[in-house]
Amino acid sequence: MLIIAGRSFRSRLFGGTGKFSSPAVMKEALDASGCEMVTVALRRVDLADPADDIMSVLDRERYLFLPNTSGARDAGEAVRLAHLARASGGGEWLKLEVTPDPRTLLPDPIETLKATEILVKEGFHVLPYMNADPILALRLQDVGAAAVMPLGSPIGTNQGVLTKAMIEIIIDQAQVPVVVDAGLGAPSHAALAMEMGADAVLVNTAIAVAGDPVRMARAFAMAVEAGRAAYESGLGMVSKDAAASSPEDGLGFLR
Amino acid sequence: MKIVCNGTEHQVAAGAKIVDLLKEFDLAADTVVVECDTLILKREDYDRHELREGSVVELIRFVGGG
Repeated sequence: MLIIAGRSFRSRLFGGTGKFSSPAVMKEALDASGCEMVTVALRRVDLADPADDIMSVLDRERYLFLPNTSGARDAGEAVRLAHLARASGGGEWLKLEVTPDPRTLLPDPIETLKATEILVKEGFHVLPYMNADPILALRLQDVGAAAVMPLGSPIGTNQGVLTKAMIEIIIDQAQVPVVVDAGLGAPSHAALAMEMGADAVLVNTAIAVAGDPVRMARAFAMAVEAGRAAYESGLGMVSKDAAASSPEDGLGFLR
Repeated sequence: MKIVCNGTEHQVAAGAKIVDLLKEFDLAADTVVVECDTLILKREDYDRHELREGSVVELIRFVGGG
């Protein structure tokens, strides 16, 4: 069972709540995914449509909200968002995102480390979104991150696990759970991350923008389960030379 | 008096409190978090905290995100 900051999770698939076509579709897709933790963002209330509160459709008993600091461009902004998240009833859980460049949305390693250090001291369970940098993962772990969330590829790109070799090193070294986040565009990408030994994956875009988000959520759930089972079962060695699966003896009758 | 709420100017009655502002927008207190002049307010302070001329108020809530 996956344990992060003392809390156990049966599902190793974490969901996102952005980009769904409607709150009803989001709710159904998240139900189908089996996930127990979902990310949420913080934004100004739209005063032209203040009744638009899509989070009200989600059962807070069923889903642990993981507020993110998306939109923060430095540690200071991320800390401010974290305080707002806590005041909004988000508890101590936080997906820390510091993305100074809106074009790439790549995380700033220095500001992320700074903010992690501050927020851990303030009692937050910090899950930092980070580039797949093994040294940074160790540094984040050292300052008290509850998990690390290396990216597979840039947010929303559906490119899959482009950072495979680095994530393998992160998994080898990590003392805290490793959650592969961002860029997982297909169930096969999620399965790969899980086969590599990731503790969980976070998927938003690929489910939310699918033709049938509910079915896609189910597909991701199966892929995550399959990948985890494969990892726990022990994958065979990769080799350059062929090794026959059928017996090599007993062919005397052919020649 | 004039305040700035979520980036736009609003007129509120003199002595108006946060709770009055939430009523005006028909917002339930437990669905928003209020930051007034860079201070995050506790929910129990919404009916005590008075707005001042030029107060800058942010009404924030959870929205969908990844």
